Amino acid sequence: MYDPTVARLTYRALLGRRRALILGALPLLLLVIAVAVRALAGADDQTAADVLGGFALATMVPIIGVIAGTGAIGPEIDDGSVVYLLSKPIKRPTIIFTKLIVAIAVTMVFSAVPTLLAGLILNGNGQQVAVAYTIAALVASIAYAALFLLLGTVSRHAVVFGLVYALVWEALFGSLVPGARTLSVQQWSLAVAQKVADGNLVTSDVGLPTATVLLAGVTVLATWYAGQKLRTLKLAGEE
Amino acid sequence: MTTLNIDHVSRWFGNVVAVNDITMTIGPGVTGLLGPNGAGKSTLINMMGGFLAPSTGSVTLDGQPTWRNEAIYKHIGIVPEREAMYDFLTGREFVLANAELHGLGAKAAHEALATVQMEYAQDRKIATYSKGMRQRVKMASALVHNPSLLLLDEPFNGMDPRQRMQLMDLLRRMGDEGRTVLFSSHILEEVEQLAWHIEVIVAGRHAASGDFRKIRRLMTDRPHRYLVRSSDDRALAAALIADPSTSGIEVDLAEGALRVQAVDFGRFTALLPKVARDHGIRLLTVSPSDESLESVFSYLVAA
Ligand SMILES: Nc1ncnc2c1ncn2[C@@H]1O[C@H](COP(=O)(O)OP(=O)(O)OP(=O)(O)O)[C@@H](O)[C@H]1O
Ligand SMILES: [Mg+2]
Repeated sequence: MYDPTVARLTYRALLGRRRALILGALPLLLLVIAVAVRALAGADDQTAADVLGGFALATMVPIIGVIAGTGAIGPEIDDGSVVYLLSKPIKRPTIIFTKLIVAIAVTMVFSAVPTLLAGLILNGNGQQVAVAYTIAALVASIAYAALFLLLGTVSRHAVVFGLVYALVWEALFGSLVPGARTLSVQQWSLAVAQKVADGNLVTSDVGLPTATVLLAGVTVLATWYAGQKLRTLKLAGEE
Repeated sequence: MTTLNIDHVSRWFGNVVAVNDITMTIGPGVTGLLGPNGAGKSTLINMMGGFLAPSTGSVTLDGQPTWRNEAIYKHIGIVPEREAMYDFLTGREFVLANAELHGLGAKAAHEALATVQMEYAQDRKIATYSKGMRQRVKMASALVHNPSLLLLDEPFNGMDPRQRMQLMDLLRRMGDEGRTVLFSSHILEEVEQLAWHIEVIVAGRHAASGDFRKIRRLMTDRPHRYLVRSSDDRALAAALIADPSTSGIEVDLAEGALRVQAVDFGRFTALLPKVARDHGIRLLTVSPSDESLESVFSYLVAA
């Protein structure tokens, strides 16, 4: 199911200089914001929850997910170099699963680690806010990586679609339209985080059982479907 | 013994028919797939390699379908037409990765790099390679698992004459070893030098098939067209049409010239000056009007 060579190639592609810079920019911004807020407003649990919920989880995590998820396969399909993977006696689902693991790992490192650090800077993990949002980021990383890996497999414009989803659906729609929230990775991961945090600083519109089922379902389905799409990926000549 | 069977294969993209009902069998030895740009060579090779489904018909390797069958890649080595590789790797890392994906190790990678004489640059990033170097590293990645079928799409593109010679020697050797080697090209001379057997495709159709002598003959026996200007086109036309070496003459008023189609090239070139002299006509221009490879190809399709 997991091929170390495919993983190595994917890591090298994802963490190449330019992409690594893009991946690092938002986490850096989060840390800068955390330091500034702490310096200006002092430690406050509600403020910490606002920054982590409003910026880290609603904006940074999905964008990192888009970059890592689509970047794990999209560029290879676009330029045709994926032919070097496809011309090997390796099961297509193995390629997808390996790339998923890499995308999840990269998304987690670039989103959960800075979330934890920012939480510690903001209020020293008061009321478990930092840990709760870190767990939300970890959980969301899995679902985002799977969704955007699928998007990278099926669409040439995966990054654009991914960003539209991340910014419009997750960040905007998800906070304005109540119905949309049920179908939001962000809300599902918040449902998990809610169990960890003290008090009601972290809340979700979705119950934990529903959230768990949806998270697992979306991840498995997206991964399975991406494997199917790769099996029938057509490599045509340059148009 | 590896045989690739292409059975009534067509492939279209929307309205474009890229490959039109082609049937051929590719056996051991070196086969050249010859055709002008846009003939459908890459489309056909992509279907042979299992990267594209035929719209109709079937492609099988020793009876096994190539489409959606990753097990066949144990036996197939591929040199794609497209340039893109993992540019951020060194040549050695790239070939090693290809070896590992076949369950092989550093030894296989090293041998493949030695075969294409790329050891000297193996530790440089692929991004810094010339086109010929890329082509050779692609070749190494295709050879790493000792495949019995090699599919090469325009492998000589971008190579200098010395590299071309080396690659030809290598492919010849692989053919001699009993492997099935298929390469595409739009250059007749290239195919003639290397291929034991030639398949010509033009505009998606299978135009001709045979050894280079047969293909040469088909190409040189075709009617030759000339554009002729003279002091008296009408008189010249009347005199020429009487001879069996000329199969057709048109008076092109716009050009102010004759368009002559000659079936017997040798006889016609002797006839023309003689006829002109006998009738006191001065020849002003005599030029072959369709010497391009394209027209040679289109003749083959019409035949
Ligand atoms: N993905 C595609 N979508 C639409 N048309 C395509 C596609 N791939 C190929 N074609 C068309 O199919 C025809 C054959 O293309 P193909 O690339 O197979 O030719 P070729 O013989 O390899 O040409 P070249 O010598 O330029 O490489 C062309 O008309 C091309 O425009
Ligand atoms: Mg081509």
